[in-house]
Amino acid sequence: MVLKIENVSKRFGSFTAVNDLSITIPEKEMFGFLGANGAGKTTTFRMILGLLDASKGKITWDGKPIDYSTSGVIGYLPEERGLYPKLKVRDQLVYLARLRGMNKQDALAELKIWLERFKVPEYLDKRVEELSKGNQQKIQFIAAVLHKPKLLILDEPFSGLDPVNVELLKSAVIELKEQGTTIVFSSHRMEHVEEMCENLCIMHHGSPVVHGSLKDIKRSFGKKNLVIHADFELSGFDNYPGVTKVKRTPEGVHLQIEGEYVAERILKDIVGKGFIRRFVLEEPSLNDIFIEKVGASYE
Amino acid sequence: MNNFWIIFFHTYLSKLKTKSFIITTIITVLIVVGLANMTNIINFFDKGEGKDTIAVIDESSTLVEPLQQQLKASNSEIELEAYKDGEEKAEKAVEDGDYKGLLVLSLDSEGLPVATYKAMSISDSASVTAIQTGLQQIKTQMAAGKINLTSEQLAKLYEPMEMEQIALEENAKTAEELNQARGLVYVLLFVIYFAVILYANMIAMEVATEKSSRVMEILISSVSPIKQMFAKILGICLLSLTQMAVLLGVGYISIKRNLESMEGGFFSVFGFGDVPVSTIIYAVVFFILGYFLYATLAAFLGSLVSRIEDVQQMITPMTMMVVAGFMIAMFGLSQPDTPFVTVTSYIPFFTPMLMFMRVGMLTLPAWEPILGIVILLVSIIILAVFGARVYRGGVLMYGKSNSFKDIKKALQLTKSEK
Repeated sequence: MVLKIENVSKRFGSFTAVNDLSITIPEKEMFGFLGANGAGKTTTFRMILGLLDASKGKITWDGKPIDYSTSGVIGYLPEERGLYPKLKVRDQLVYLARLRGMNKQDALAELKIWLERFKVPEYLDKRVEELSKGNQQKIQFIAAVLHKPKLLILDEPFSGLDPVNVELLKSAVIELKEQGTTIVFSSHRMEHVEEMCENLCIMHHGSPVVHGSLKDIKRSFGKKNLVIHADFELSGFDNYPGVTKVKRTPEGVHLQIEGEYVAERILKDIVGKGFIRRFVLEEPSLNDIFIEKVGASYE
Repeated sequence: MNNFWIIFFHTYLSKLKTKSFIITTIITVLIVVGLANMTNIINFFDKGEGKDTIAVIDESSTLVEPLQQQLKASNSEIELEAYKDGEEKAEKAVEDGDYKGLLVLSLDSEGLPVATYKAMSISDSASVTAIQTGLQQIKTQMAAGKINLTSEQLAKLYEPMEMEQIALEENAKTAEELNQARGLVYVLLFVIYFAVILYANMIAMEVATEKSSRVMEILISSVSPIKQMFAKILGICLLSLTQMAVLLGVGYISIKRNLESMEGGFFSVFGFGDVPVSTIIYAVVFFILGYFLYATLAAFLGSLVSRIEDVQQMITPMTMMVVAGFMIAMFGLSQPDTPFVTVTSYIPFFTPMLMFMRVGMLTLPAWEPILGIVILLVSIIILAVFGARVYRGGVLMYGKSNSFKDIKKALQLTKSEK
């Protein structure tokens, strides 16, 4: 059961929202979709779900196109959150689960387990409009997973939640993945993707600019981060060969360098000038890669 | 259970359980019961007031008796009382509220009655009219007596001219039948009019609520928009039929009960006595078709707005169309066979009301209402196919969209461009 996106493009009039996207997501994997606002993430999700038809290319799950006959195995958390404000949590979640092919009793039993897990069992008979926004999000998340989907699509699942609830939801997502759910999720928060996904894709203006496993992406990015804290004045890095970025901090400098050889050279240069408190060579963070790939072309 | 039925019952039951629906139904039931018992209610209040007494100063002393008799004959509850203590005191008594008014009667130089009526206010035209009519008759009799007319001659003079209307067309409705039909059609037109406005509104609101609360995106990812749209339309249709059934049931029972006590009264004019079965069948058919036509239109208009506040603005043109149809139908009630009404009855948005009005009032060849039904069915199908496509795109469209340009945009969204 593989989710295959093959050479998919979507145009709205003259505007190209997604351009020639090809991704294969194997079963039981968590796949991260990154991109700035308007990069085409939600459009891609809507095409996966069959809400929009692709202008070109095709999307298949288990070799078959996704349509309403398969809606029972798919769970979707839309970016624009929303539930019926006037309906009780019980009524609407059971209703939504039934629309995805679950029967009433199972849906209710499962709902109680989830509410218990999110430590809000008392919400069962509350109307959604009575709940706080964060709690509405929890309910919305339950709505996406209640019917035990095989493919779960989460559009910005953690936005607007406090850290405690982010952890709660994150552990739920990871558990679902361990139980064998294929999960595709998008986020602005690099650390979530870095923490949870083996494979990811960075979208920019509708095109995938980076795509692959997290390790490969970091390795092929090449650049590394160098942190130096020292008691003496650190200067002269602005035009230093191999240094691509300089950021001054109260304790020293953060540099982005082209490779390990630059770090060696810098170390030789500064040794003897005084006491060096810290000299650390770091892997680039996903955030760095994202800013480099997406932010660069904004300028 | 099939998704269609899940949505259908969900729409029906969740609407049925809302407080607003229950309260509206109860209020309407009360109004229906009230209207059906209107005469009883009026009588009840009238009884409490008792009779009106009017002081009479009769200078000729020959007029009081016949006037009282006249008033009695015309079922008036006015009591006359001869007052002997002079006009000034009588006026005082009226001012004190002892009498409702003061009537001064006298004979003029020709020996015919002249009257002056004095009261605190002259707003009570009912008693004045009763007295005037009574006096008029006395005067006529007296004047007739003066020129030596016998009462038979007088009766002949006032006998109304007889004129009978006979329609030559075969099966044409008699004047009596037409009157009955008019009453029934009138009532049913109102039912269709209100139902279409009320429930089409409900559907547009329902769709817009789902859209503005953004629950729509989850819904359309589970169930196809077309299925959703029709499940919703049918759900609300069942709801409307439930409400109608309750109202008609209550109305029927209270009218039936009153009918026995009011034979020949208000209701027999409206022709509830014997309703032609075909008219009722046509009423149901045109009601349901009209409902579907406007409901489909409302659903797709509702899918275009992104905020509930914009719904009214969006469906105003549709409401106008219903109002226009209703106006033409009302005008047509008195002249159902004018060419204007005939032509407009084939315009789909007017057909439910106008064709029904014509079929109820006139003797139409069978093909006319059938053609009307076919026109309605075809336009419902066209509107449904078109509406479903707009709906599919419309529900994904957000932003401050509330113009008809969005229809084009919505259609574009559903089209996969090559």
